Order: sequence, then structure tokens, then C-alpha cells
Amino acid sequence: MIMNSLYYQKKLSRNVGDKFFTSLSVFCALIAILPLIFVVTYILIKGGAQITPELFTLEPNPPGDDLDAGGINPALIGTLVITTIASIISIPVGVGGGIYLAEYSNGGPFSKFIRFGVNVLAGVPSIIAGVFIYALIVSTKILFGSMYSGLAGGMALSILMLPTVIKTTDEGLKLVPNELRYASLGIGASMYTTILKITLPTAFRSIATGVVLGIARAAGETAPLIFTALFSYYYIVGFEDLFYEMGSLAVLIYNFALEPYDAQNKLAWAASFILVISILTVNIFSRILAAFTEKTKRV
Amino acid sequence: MEEKLTLFKNRKRFGIEKNIDLIFKNTTLTLSSLVAIVLFGIILVVFFQSFESFSRYGLKFLVTSEWNPVKDEYGAFTAIYGTLVTSLLSLLITIPLGVGTAIFITEDFVPKFVREIVGSFVELLAAIPSVVLGLWAIFVMEPFFREFFVFLHKFFGWIPLFNSEPAGRNSLLAIIILVVMLLPIVTSIARDSLNQVPKKLRNASYGIGASRWKTIFSVILPAALSGIMAGVLLALGRAMGETMAVTMIIGNSNAFSWSLLSPGYTISSMLANQFGEADGSQVSSLFYAAFVLMILSLVVNIFAQWLVKKFSLKY
Repeated sequence: MIMNSLYYQKKLSRNVGDKFFTSLSVFCALIAILPLIFVVTYILIKGGAQITPELFTLEPNPPGDDLDAGGINPALIGTLVITTIASIISIPVGVGGGIYLAEYSNGGPFSKFIRFGVNVLAGVPSIIAGVFIYALIVSTKILFGSMYSGLAGGMALSILMLPTVIKTTDEGLKLVPNELRYASLGIGASMYTTILKITLPTAFRSIATGVVLGIARAAGETAPLIFTALFSYYYIVGFEDLFYEMGSLAVLIYNFALEPYDAQNKLAWAASFILVISILTVNIFSRILAAFTEKTKRV
Repeated sequence: MEEKLTLFKNRKRFGIEKNIDLIFKNTTLTLSSLVAIVLFGIILVVFFQSFESFSRYGLKFLVTSEWNPVKDEYGAFTAIYGTLVTSLLSLLITIPLGVGTAIFITEDFVPKFVREIVGSFVELLAAIPSVVLGLWAIFVMEPFFREFFVFLHKFFGWIPLFNSEPAGRNSLLAIIILVVMLLPIVTSIARDSLNQVPKKLRNASYGIGASRWKTIFSVILPAALSGIMAGVLLALGRAMGETMAVTMIIGNSNAFSWSLLSPGYTISSMLANQFGEADGSQVSSLFYAAFVLMILSLVVNIFAQWLVKKFSLKY
């Protein structure tokens, strides 16, 4: 009888309680993975069925006739153009700002304030970025008299990307060991040579990963675009199209999901398919790359 | 950091090299101050644009729910109520779910690769664009929950929150899709803070005979609480500003109702819906609503950052 106390007793209240909470936690985890599985499955099935060569080459037809919805070429190109504009603005600013924070600042009030500002800016709702650009650029027609434009949309997205780029640069540079900087100083390099030739290249991979993830996130943003870039049904043919309304995959999904016509809904699924597949590919690829880097570092 | 700087400064250099160095430094300085300029720019622009509406309606704007562009009467109570209710209720569901999942990932109930897969699934969920989740909510989630809502109204209709006939698009659906969006945020931050709790605390607790869950509840969770709280606040900020999925599924009605089964409004969905075709004093009123949203999310975010700094683990 006394010996029994050394064995695991199933019916003891602490063991029953432990079992209960363990199953509860497993249950939570099961619920947590369900949404991704359901969302991705539906997009693969419903969107994958719509993928045809014409999808990539045609303009979308205006809703109304339920014959054929056309393709998503302008939206696809528009997303590429708008995210490129956002990257052209936010990457130099973000990397430069990150360099200052990591390399030049000495932890004083200014850098503390900027780091705080980066975090606050990251928390600003994305639609507020759209509202801001609307007030600053769209309603004032400051860009050569054009109102809604792809350029304005790119600027709104760049506000959302900026905190991500600064943060990844700052953190990536901080991980570079100081010995490299001393070595560079030792052979007579100045500060800017050290940064451009030694520290930035060393941190390149981690910065690039963060920036690419930021671009992927921006490509799916809709809220800042719906009243800055608006939407367009027509092909993007030349440089001057930057100053007119520009379609994007995200806004196409939003507009066409709310249409009562089946053909437009299908087009929205197809656009989701392309958007989600590319975003997930970038995410999974960067994950594998990060895991691979970690492995090689240990060796 | 400082030592590094002085090392570079102490060296004598040619004038041109010195100048290039100085230019480079000042360029990066300017670029980093752009963050502050943009942030203040956003606050100032939204404030000044809302000034007309602010001076006309004052604080009455916050408590009346008339939104009538024809009669020029504006009040954002329905949208503010909707924003607060959807974000708080969705958070209430997400916290236990997210923390439970984080515990599952950090404990060793199952082999490590299973936990890693669960972890990356939850993180990948965060990468799905909001507008795609909205599309999914309209065509997949809404039909799925339709019967359930009818049941909810039939048996719990005496509760004010469920006392209206379920509409096709309603606030409860918005809450559910918000749970899907907040889950990755709460889970990943809770997981990180749980991982930071030193192993010796757990071993000490096991050593005095506490069971696994006694240890989790009395030692590990309290030690990770500040991090989890900060994650929860960040999620709250995200929930309040979340636009697309909510706009697509909430029904967008300015008629005030306590019931979650009737269509509702949030500030961000109001902006998304009306901004494109608004003019005159409606624009100013929308900016006022945007200003309210911005202040709400700024307060939550700053409080979260303060919490992290104040109570961050010091082991």
C-alpha cells in the first residue's frame, strides 16, 4: 500500500487536472491551425479553377454582363508598379534611417525618440496612411494636377513599409560583431567606408529577408489604396499612367467580392489565388533560408 | 556603441574624407528623422482636416449616431461603439485561444517538429492579406455560420446582444474574422515571452513537487505576463484599425443596435466605404472619425510600449 504512492496515480486530482488542461491546450492549437488550412484550401480550389492564360493577358470587363469577366492583367501589373514605387521610396529612407540608429546614434534621447516613433508608426492603422495621403496629395492635386494615381497609392504603401525596413536594418546591423568594425578601422577605413563596405554587406541577408517580407505584406494591403490609387479597368501602357487611377490585385478582390455577379466573384478568387500563392511562397522561402542560415552558423 | 564611435573619431583624416563622412552621417540622420516628420505629419494633417467638423459638432460627435449627409448632421457613435465592441470581444476570444496555443508550442506535449509546424502555420496565417480573408468570410464563413446564428437568436434572443434576427452580414461575423487575424499576433508574442522564462524557474517549481499545469499557472504564466499583456495590447490596436475584412463582412449600417446579429459599422469601415465619394462637410467629419481612430490606436500602442519597457523580464 505504501509502495503505491511511488507510482503514477491516474485518478489523483492533480493528474486529472493536468490531463484536462493539456487537452484544452491541444484543442486551442487545433483551432488555431484550422483557419489557415481552410483559407488556403478554398483559395486553391476556388481560385485555382479560374487560372487560364487569358487571365493574365486580358482587361477585366466592367460588371453587369454576366458573360465573361475577362482577365486581371492591369491589376497584376498595377500591384507590381505600386509596390515598386513603395519600395523605391521606403527602402532608401528605411535603410538610411536604420544605419543612423544602429551605427551613429549613441543611445541618446534623439535615437530613443526615433525608435519609439518607428514603433508608433508601425501601429498606425493602414487606412490612416490612406487618409493622410488623400489629404496631402489626392485632394490637393499636388502631383501635376492628377488626383487619384498609382504614385499616390505607392506613397501610401511606403508609409506602411517604412517602419518594417528601419527595424530590420537597425536589428540586422546590431547583430554584426564589433570586431569587424575594429578591423576595418585598423586598416584605415573611415566610418562610411566601413558601413558601406563591411557592415551593410555582412548584414545584407537579414536585412534583405526583412525587406522582402515587408514588400510581400505591402502587396496585399488594400485599405491605403482604395482612395489613393482607386481602381482602373484598363491596361497600363506607359509612364504617364502613373498619374492616373491604377488597379491592383487587392482592390480588385475588394471591389469584385462585393459585386452581385458570379463572373466578377470568380475573378476575385483568381486574384486571391495569385496574391496568396506569391505571398506564401515568399514567406516560406524566407523561412527556409533563415533556418538554413542558422544551421550553417552553428557549424 | 560609444566606444566604437570615439575610435573612429580619434583618427586624423584628410579634409575630403572627413567631409564625405560628415555628409553620409547627416544624410542618414535626415532619413531617420523622416520617421518623426511623417508621424507628426499624419497627426497634424488629420487634425487640421477634421477641424471644421470638430468646431461644429464638438464632443457631441462622439455620442450621437445620426449620420446624414443630406441634412449635414454627423455623429459617429455607432462607428465608435462598433469599433470598441468588435475589437474588445474578438480579443476576449483570442486571448485564451492564443495563449493556449502558445503553451502548446512551448511545452513538450508532442514532438518538436509537430510544434514547429503548428507555430509556422499560425505565423503564415498572419501573412494572408486581410482582403483575402474578407473574401473567404463572405463566401465560405458566412454560409457556414448561418444556421448557428439562427439557433443563437432562437435560444439566446433574450440577451440584448442577440435580440435581432440574424442579418446576412453582421458584427458577430466581423468579430470571428478578427479572431482569425489577431490569433497569430497574440500567439507569437505569447510564445516569445513564454520562451524567455528561464528554465531554472520551471525546474525549481518541479523540484518542490508542483505538477506541470500548477507550474504553468503559478510560475510560468505570471513570469511571462508583461510580454503577453503587451502582445494583447498590440493586437487590440490592430483590431481597432483593421479595415478590409471587417468592412466586407460587417454589413456597414449606421443604424445603432446593441445586437451583434444586426449589421454594424466601425470607424475604419466607415472610412473605407464613404471616403471615396464624400464631399463638403462629410469629408471633414470623416477626418474627425479618422482622428478618433488614430488617437485610440496611438494610446493603446504607446501604453503597450510603456508596459514592455516597465515590466520587461530582467533575469
